Amino acid sequence: MKKNLSYLDSVHRDGRIWNLSVMVLLMAFPIVVAVVFGVLPDWKALGVGLVATAPMYWAVGAIETVTYVPMLGAGGSYLSFVTGNISNLKLPCALNALEQNEVSANSEEGEVISTIAIATSSIVTTVIIIIGVILIAPLTPILSAPVLQPAFAQILPALFGGLGVAFVSKNWKLAVAPVVLMLILFIFVPALDSGTVGIMVPVSALFTIGTGRILYKRGVL
Amino acid sequence: MEFRVNHPILFVLAGILIAVVLAQSVFFLMKALKRSRQLGMDQKKIRKTVKTAAIFTIAPAVAIVISVMTLSQTLGLPLPWLRLSVVGSMSYETIAASNALEAMGQALGSGSALTAQQYVNVLLVMTISIMLGIWLVPVIGKKLQNGMVNLGKRDAKWADTFSNALFIGMIAAFLGFVFCDVSRLWDPSTRFITETVIENGVEVENKIPVSATSGLIPVCVMGVSAVVMVICGLLMRKPKLKWLSEYALPISLVLGMAAAIPLTVWLS
Repeated sequence: MKKNLSYLDSVHRDGRIWNLSVMVLLMAFPIVVAVVFGVLPDWKALGVGLVATAPMYWAVGAIETVTYVPMLGAGGSYLSFVTGNISNLKLPCALNALEQNEVSANSEEGEVISTIAIATSSIVTTVIIIIGVILIAPLTPILSAPVLQPAFAQILPALFGGLGVAFVSKNWKLAVAPVVLMLILFIFVPALDSGTVGIMVPVSALFTIGTGRILYKRGVL
Repeated sequence: MEFRVNHPILFVLAGILIAVVLAQSVFFLMKALKRSRQLGMDQKKIRKTVKTAAIFTIAPAVAIVISVMTLSQTLGLPLPWLRLSVVGSMSYETIAASNALEAMGQALGSGSALTAQQYVNVLLVMTISIMLGIWLVPVIGKKLQNGMVNLGKRDAKWADTFSNALFIGMIAAFLGFVFCDVSRLWDPSTRFITETVIENGVEVENKIPVSATSGLIPVCVMGVSAVVMVICGLLMRKPKLKWLSEYALPISLVLGMAAAIPLTVWLS
């Protein structure tokens, strides 16, 4: 047990060092650009731009942190919140890996598996973007071909169809209530669309935990 | 030095940052692989996990490359390359850049080249507004994780149900989202999409009419992907086809995306 704790502790220690370093470097980018090209920001406009953008995305960021950290595991969280694309790439990747290896997300094996899946996915994404940037001239006409656009527009439904089957079939008792609720809400509430799905994830997760607790207490699960 | 959005210096700066982020991923991969050996986990399975994750990532990553291409038309290549290699997304970067430029009396994609000052403002708004997650995880991540560990110590079965409930909750929200435009079937007032375009430097919202059945496109795509997954699941039961388990999710993703091409033609 002691060894178990020390691995997780070391993940948190390394994760903190990496994430805070990346944060400093990300902030250094605009500062270096300003210095190299000899300009100062337009402070007033910066304030206006930040007020229009930051509060909403900080709120989203806080909700996402609380919602996704317990799902991603320790190592996976530090990586995912740096490299992004959590709900459309990193989390499905981790879920699929946990499923494939038949390990619990709460075990140390689960922690290791999800970190491996998320790290691999991050590396592959970064490398593919690098290739895309190098080959942008020849690739642009191919990837922006109108015939391919529907395929990339429907990437989320194509992803959650397969993932949904794998997960819902194994936990169908737990899944019935939230799936029905979300279907009703998304179909009949016009305000719910691609822009608001991120906000509905914690709502749906809390609801599932609530109904799951009831089912668990009654011994249904 | 004269500024332009594709200045070599910007490529170098973005490249350095991306190298650091890549190094972080490699570091955590090595750390987890080492731990998996210490725990005596089946290394064959671990290699499979790496393979599946890599293959599964290809299609979504190509979609990100397309976003980089689109954004590069207005912001140059280095900025979207960096921003989409770290946290952020096409819609987020567009909103952040628009807000930053609007505050300076300029519209994104108005045709006039960005000045260095505008570029710095765009960068600062993008970076500061998305920063929360990167530092909040180091601040509260350990507490949240320890909460899960303690839950597991108190009641392991409930802890597993709790994790599954989180996963199912997320999947349910996205399943609901797939159905969000189905109401076009019976509600004519929802049969349009709004597209923001820049005309002569002014943002104009165009309402483009769509068909009643267009809301079914994502539903059918999801259906195809789900059916493919079920078929893979059935085939996997045969010992000879057990290898399919590594590819089931990538296959259902890619076939679902491929099905979107004819489905979009038929239903829109």
